Amino acid sequence: MTFLDIQATKTQAEGLFRRKRMFAFGLPALVAVYFTYIFFAFDVPGLVQRANMDNARTLTSDIWSHKVHVTRNNRNGEITYAVEGERKGAYPEGERPSWVSGTDVITVNLGGDTIVRLLPDNRTEVDIPGFGLVAAQAEGRTIATNLPADLPEWINASNRRVAITTPEGRITITGSRTEVFNYFGGWELFWFTLDSRYHGAGLGQILFGAQIDPDRSNISGAVSDFWNNKMWRHKDVAWAIGETILMAFLGTMGAAMIALPLAFLAAKRFTPILLLRAATRRLFDFVRGVDALIWTVVLARAFGPGPLTGALAILITDTGTFGKTFSEALENVDDKQIEGVTSTGAKPLQRYRFGVIPQVMPVLLAQVLYFLESNTRSATIIGAITGGGIGLMLTQAIQTQKDWEEVAYYIILIIIMIMLMDWLSGWLRGKLIGTKDG
Amino acid sequence: MTALDTEVAQSVGDIRESYLAQVGRRRLYSGLALLIFVVLMVSGFNIADERNAGGFWEGLHQIGDYPGEVLTEAWQKRADLPGLISEFFPALVETVNIAAVSTIIGAVGGLILSLLGTRGLAKWPRLIPLFRRVSDILRAVPEIVIALVLIFILGGGPVPAMIAIALHTAGALAKMFSEVAENADLKPVQGLASTGATWTQRMMLGVLPQVAPNYVSYTLLRFEINIRASAILGFVGAGGLGYELRNAMAWGPGRFDEAAAIFILLFSTIVFFDQVSSRYRNRLTEGQAQ
Repeated sequence: MTFLDIQATKTQAEGLFRRKRMFAFGLPALVAVYFTYIFFAFDVPGLVQRANMDNARTLTSDIWSHKVHVTRNNRNGEITYAVEGERKGAYPEGERPSWVSGTDVITVNLGGDTIVRLLPDNRTEVDIPGFGLVAAQAEGRTIATNLPADLPEWINASNRRVAITTPEGRITITGSRTEVFNYFGGWELFWFTLDSRYHGAGLGQILFGAQIDPDRSNISGAVSDFWNNKMWRHKDVAWAIGETILMAFLGTMGAAMIALPLAFLAAKRFTPILLLRAATRRLFDFVRGVDALIWTVVLARAFGPGPLTGALAILITDTGTFGKTFSEALENVDDKQIEGVTSTGAKPLQRYRFGVIPQVMPVLLAQVLYFLESNTRSATIIGAITGGGIGLMLTQAIQTQKDWEEVAYYIILIIIMIMLMDWLSGWLRGKLIGTKDG
Repeated sequence: MTALDTEVAQSVGDIRESYLAQVGRRRLYSGLALLIFVVLMVSGFNIADERNAGGFWEGLHQIGDYPGEVLTEAWQKRADLPGLISEFFPALVETVNIAAVSTIIGAVGGLILSLLGTRGLAKWPRLIPLFRRVSDILRAVPEIVIALVLIFILGGGPVPAMIAIALHTAGALAKMFSEVAENADLKPVQGLASTGATWTQRMMLGVLPQVAPNYVSYTLLRFEINIRASAILGFVGAGGLGYELRNAMAWGPGRFDEAAAIFILLFSTIVFFDQVSSRYRNRLTEGQAQ
């Protein structure tokens, strides 16, 4: 090797290094510049100001806890007890929580020595340890209190409304009503609502104990009360999940059945006519390009909201995707097997059935089963747009902005559902194709 | 000899019989599976049809109505169309930006999750199941769930959608990345380890160059998917083209020209990025095969 050669190689190597270095530093720099642009384009500084941290706090505490409302109507003195203040969570007539006592003076023990007394004449006394006794009286639309002018930040008082937030619970007093919120951990009334006879009964008591409801056997009564729980709507939720899976199943399988014959038209080997082939391919590109969102919108106009619309939207979009991959698989089939089948005198249809289909089947099945899982997720999203399945229940629960425990419940169910479908499609793939990796 | 002949004949007969029995069993199973499948499809269709607001057969002839109305109105106002397209172009840019940012963030997250969750590469081998479960959960949560919850806290706009898609992308890519990383050659990693390289250096210099073409290819595929996802999330209030589409649709007749302009923009964007990315992906995978 001469000196010149070495020199040339060295310059070449240096050039290569320079290019690599440029790339190694240039790419992150480019991404950084892009992110800076995005930072201002998406108005992130404004977002930080607009972000509602109170909402975040309600959300996180509401997910794992619930509150019981004790409400006195200051117009007629009537006192009601209800979980989350909802009618369907109300205590039946004559019953009340165990931490409430007294008849003329209703004493609400919020725990931690914080005690609220609802006295006659719309008077309210709140005994807060370390602060003292707060007394308030509602007269018409105004509130008279013994509160000093200088208040800690957890008390908010005007002559129309007094709100006290303690670690044990919350008290709000207005002219029309006095409300006491007592917080508890856990999801309220998940198994039985308060009007069910099985509320408060343990599992052992229901399974082996004495008959609780004279009309029904314990197990059938408990199952029926659980299934028809008005608060958590277990029946509707089960139906909604069924609808979502149904959308994914109908859509995926329907798309596969329509795409298979069409894929033959799009494969060069089976369709020598260029025009027909190109037309089929453009059709695939078109239905894929229009996207599930637009198909959902268009189909919802014709069929109305519901699982069928979602299934059809998935079907149409995936026909395009399947058509494309199926026709690629068909292009790659081995001729030998087809020739072998032809040599036995098979007709065209038999040639396809015994010469082509067995070759492409593993690829097709793997694809279809993979999409079955991914479409369960799409069906949830489409359900939120078109109105069907668990996606709809989730969006409704989020829009009420207070049933966050239900939102959490649905999210958990959705994750379990998708993981189950993932497992199922993997299991089916293993059974049908043999290998786990397909 | 005759005894052997009969024995052979008998064993041939046995084989034939067992073969036919096997075929018969197979046919029975396939037939049963097909029957179950058909029953599931038909009953599933009936249930879906029943629970839908409008029936399938009543709606079938109406499919063309809505696109027809939109197209006629758009055609009548075809002179405005270029103006509308340029009016909605910023919304399109936003949709594509959401997809691009979330793909980049998601790819980085997926890369880290996949390397930490792959046997042989993981920094803490005991935590492999943890990182795998994390990516499973991220993959299972639909984007819309995270987006809606974040919209409640952060208010509408592109950021909730971006975070939601990025999280899902990280989970989805982590799975695909770790499948590739499992097949990576460990010799460069060991070589680097012998020189005293840290874990980050081993991954950057030993693993990434091997898997980069596949990773870029998967990331591009994800970008295509994310453009669609970002349009859909816009529809539930996360900004971008989907949001404009919902507004135009809620208005109904009279603003169908806007709906048409948005349809055109969305369609051409999806097709454009599909084509570009599929061309580039082909080049990446072919380059690797050579």
